[in-house]
Amino acid sequence: MYTDENMLASIEKVEAARQNNAVLEPKRMDADEKDTLLQTFHPDYIQNQFAKLEIGPNKGEKAPLELVDLLQGKSRVKENQFNLDNPDYDVDVLIIGGGGAGTAAAIEAIGTGAKVLVATKLRMGDANTMMAEGGIQAADGPNDSPAIHYLDAYGGGHFAAKPELLYKLVTEAPEAIQWLNGLGVEFDKRADGTMVTTHGGGTSRKRMHAAKDYSGAEIMRTLRDEAINRGVTIVDFTAAIELLLDNEGKAAGAVLLNMETGEHLIAKSKTVIIATGGAGRLHYQGFPTSNHYGATADGLIIAYRAGAKLLYQDTLQYHPTGAAFPEQIFGALVTEKVRSLGAKLVNKDGVVFMHPLETRDVTAASVIRECKERKMGIETPSGGQGVWLDTPMIELKGGEGTIERRIPAMLRMFSKYDIDIRKEPILVYPTLHYQNGGIDINADCMSNIENLYVAGEAVGGIHGRNRLMGNSLLDTVVFGRDAGRNAALHAKDVKVGKLSLHHITKFEEERTKAGITSETLSPKLLPSYTHKKK
Amino acid sequence: MSDKMIDVFFFGKKYKVPENLTIMTALEYAGYQLVRGVGCRNGFCGACATIYRIKGDTELKTCLACQTKVEKDMYVATLPFFPLVKQPYDIEKITPSQAIMMQLYPEIYSCVGCNACTKACPQGLNVMQYIAYAQRGEFDKCAAESFDCVMCGICSSRCPAGISHPQVALLARRINGKYLTPKSKDLENRVQEIKDGKFEDFIQVLMNKPLDEIKKLYETRDIEK
Ligand SMILES: Cc1cc2nc3c(=O)[nH]c(=O)nc-3n(C[C@H](O)[C@H](O)[C@H](O)COP(=O)(O)OP(=O)(O)OC[C@H]3O[C@@H](n4cnc5c(N)ncnc54)[C@H](O)[C@@H]3O)c2cc1C
Ligand code: SF4
Ligand code: SF4
Ligand code: FES
Repeated sequence: MYTDENMLASIEKVEAARQNNAVLEPKRMDADEKDTLLQTFHPDYIQNQFAKLEIGPNKGEKAPLELVDLLQGKSRVKENQFNLDNPDYDVDVLIIGGGGAGTAAAIEAIGTGAKVLVATKLRMGDANTMMAEGGIQAADGPNDSPAIHYLDAYGGGHFAAKPELLYKLVTEAPEAIQWLNGLGVEFDKRADGTMVTTHGGGTSRKRMHAAKDYSGAEIMRTLRDEAINRGVTIVDFTAAIELLLDNEGKAAGAVLLNMETGEHLIAKSKTVIIATGGAGRLHYQGFPTSNHYGATADGLIIAYRAGAKLLYQDTLQYHPTGAAFPEQIFGALVTEKVRSLGAKLVNKDGVVFMHPLETRDVTAASVIRECKERKMGIETPSGGQGVWLDTPMIELKGGEGTIERRIPAMLRMFSKYDIDIRKEPILVYPTLHYQNGGIDINADCMSNIENLYVAGEAVGGIHGRNRLMGNSLLDTVVFGRDAGRNAALHAKDVKVGKLSLHHITKFEEERTKAGITSETLSPKLLPSYTHKKK
Repeated sequence: MSDKMIDVFFFGKKYKVPENLTIMTALEYAGYQLVRGVGCRNGFCGACATIYRIKGDTELKTCLACQTKVEKDMYVATLPFFPLVKQPYDIEKITPSQAIMMQLYPEIYSCVGCNACTKACPQGLNVMQYIAYAQRGEFDKCAAESFDCVMCGICSSRCPAGISHPQVALLARRINGKYLTPKSKDLENRVQEIKDGKFEDFIQVLMNKPLDEIKKLYETRDIEK
C-alpha cells in the first residue's frame, strides 16, 4: 500500500498521463546513444569496482572485486586431509548442482545407462531456474528462423558470443521446447495448439514461450519429477567444495560437504559436470539480487582453482526491474514480461523516458541515469530510489483480466503488500540478476580441463556480454542435455587414475608467491545475513 | 528498516525484531544462519513452509516464511522438509485416464472433504477442488486449478487422508501438458525443417559475414510489432 505523500503525488501524475503514455511508441536508441549510456551508467563500466586477477588461468584480466576475492581465496580443505582411495561415491557422471541445467543433464546422462550422482547445495530445484518467470525463447514461429534468433542474441550480447555456442543454442531451441513439452511441461497455447509468444527486450520476433509467469518453476518441477522417475541419485544439502583431479590432471570427482553436519564426502567419477548457476548472492557493488540463496559462484571458484579458464567474468547482468518497494521484496524480480505485455517505464513526473523493450543492460543504465543524473526518480521510504513501471497499462491494452491470466505471480507478490498492480503502478530499480560470464567451454560443453563439463549459468560465452531474456532457460536445457549426454558417453572411455588434491597446494603456493594474504575461504557457499550484533 | 520492534517467538524462544521484516529475514535478524527452509526467497520454490500461531489464539496458521511479515507475539516453527509420497512412473507409457490416479495415488479417494488443505495453502489454491478433479480424471481442470502450486507440502501436512496433493497435481499437469493439450504444428514443423537442414545455409551465411556487416544487419533488422 502506498502511503508516502511524495509517492502518492507522483502516482497522480502517472495516472493523468496514462492514456497518452499507453499508446505512445517511444523511439529506440541508436548504437551510439546506447554505447554512451552504457559507458556512463552501467555498473560494469565502473572501473574501481573491478580488480586484476593476480593468479590463475585468467591472470591479468579483471573481475568484480567480490569475485576476485573468492577466486584468489583459500581452500576450505588441505591436500592430505582425506584418504582418497576409499571414496564415498564412485560413479560415471558426477553432476554438481540441481537446477535446470544439472537436472536436464542428469536425465540425459542416466538415459545412456550411466551411473549418475547429483550433489546439490540446497534441495534439488532450489535454484535460479525455479524463479524464472518470463519465458524461454525458440524460433519456431512462421515469421522467425534460427538465423534471426542468432542475430538478435549476437547483437544483444554485443557481438561477443562464441559463435559455435550461440549456433547450438538457436538451432537446438525448437527441439528443446519439444522435449520439454513431451515431458509434460505446460506452455501457454491457443486452442489449436499454437504457442502464445511475446517479445523480450532486444528480440525482433515474438519468440518467448511461457507458462504464465511460472515458466522456470514449471520447467524445474517437471525436470525434477522426471529425474526422480528415472532413478537418478540425488544428494541434497551437499555442496562441492573442491574438484578432484587424477594424476594426469583430468577431472575425476569432487570433495563434498554435508551442509548440515559438516561431514566431508569424497565422490569419485569418470566425468564431472559443473551446473552450479549464478552469483547474485555475492551482491556485487552492493546491489540487491533476484537470485536464489545459494547463488555464490561456487562452480567458477572450484573450477578456477583446478585450472579452468573463465570467460567474461567481468560482465554481469543487472535486471532493470527489480522491486524497489516495498522493502520486504527489495530486489525481487519484476519479470520483463510485464513490459512485453505493455507496461512502460515512467519517471516521477509521469513521463515515459525510453522504449520499454531495449536490451536489459541499456534499460538498466537508462533507469540509473533517470534516478542519478536526471534526478527524476522517486524516493523510497528506506532511502532508495526507483522509477514507475506502469502496470495498469497492460489492462488498458490487453483488456481486463490480462494480468491475472498472464502474470499471476506478479499480481500475488504485490497483493501481499496491498498493492494491486492492475490499478497501481509499481516502483522498480535494477537488481543483480545474471552472470553473463563463466567457465569457458567448447561446443561439446567441455572446459579446458579434460573430463570437466559445464552447463547453464556457470558457462561463459554463450550470450556474449549481455544475455537476452529467455535465452538462459533455453541454454540450461540445450547445454544441460548436451553436457549430460556427452559426459555420459565419454565416461565409457575414461579410466580414472589416482585421485589427487595437489592442485590446491599448488594454488596456495601461487597465492603466497603473489603476496596474497587474504584469509577469505572459498567457495562461499551461503551469504551471511545474520544480524551483526556485538 | 523500521525502528519499531516487536516480540516474536522462534521455536519457542523470544526475540525482538523490527516489525516490517518477513519471517525469514526476522529469523536472520535474530541470528539464525539458515541452511534449510530457504531457497528462492521469493515465493517460487516452496522451501520455506512455516507454521505459526498468534499468542492468545488457538488456531495454527501456515505460510511461506519469505512471503509473510512477522506479527507481534507470533509463535513460529518452520517445516523445512515434509515427507511427501512421490510415485515413480514412465511418462511415455501411462494412459491419460482416471485409472492412473487409482493406480498411483489411490489414497485420494479417501478424501473426507474437510477442506483443511485449501485453508492451509499459502498460494490460495482450491486444493480440495483440484483433488476432486484428479479423482474424476479431469486432468485439464486439475492442472489449471493447481498451476500456481509451489510444492511446499503444507496442504499435505494437514490432510487426515494422507494425500500428497502436490505430487498428484504434478502428475495431472504432466499428463495435461503432454497428452491433452494440442501439439503445436509450428513447433513440429520447425524441428523437422531444422533436421532437414532448411535453415543451415542462411545461418552459415550470416555467421561468415564480416563483423561490420553483421552489425549493420543487426541495427537495421525489422522488429515485429
Ligand atoms: C528471478 C529470476 C528470473 C529469471 N527469469 C528468466 C526468464 O524468464 N527466462 C530465462 O531464460 N531466464 C531467466 N532467468 C535466468 C535463468 O533462470 C537462470 O540463469 C538459469 O535457470 C540457471 O540455471 P542453472 O541450472 O545454470 O542454475 P540454477 O538453476 O541456479 O541451479 C544451480 C544449482 O547449483 C546448486 N549449487 C550451487 N553451488 C553449489 C555447490 N557448491 N555444490 C553443489 N551445488 C551447488 C544450487 O543450489 C542450485 O541447485 C531468471 C533468473 C532469475 C533469478
Ligand atoms: S497446493 Fe499444497 S503444496 Fe501446493 S502451494 Fe498449496 S499448500 Fe503448497
Ligand atoms: S485435507 Fe485431505 S481430506 Fe481434507 S479436503 Fe483436503 S484432500 Fe480431502
Ligand atoms: S524461499 Fe522459496 S518460497 Fe520461500
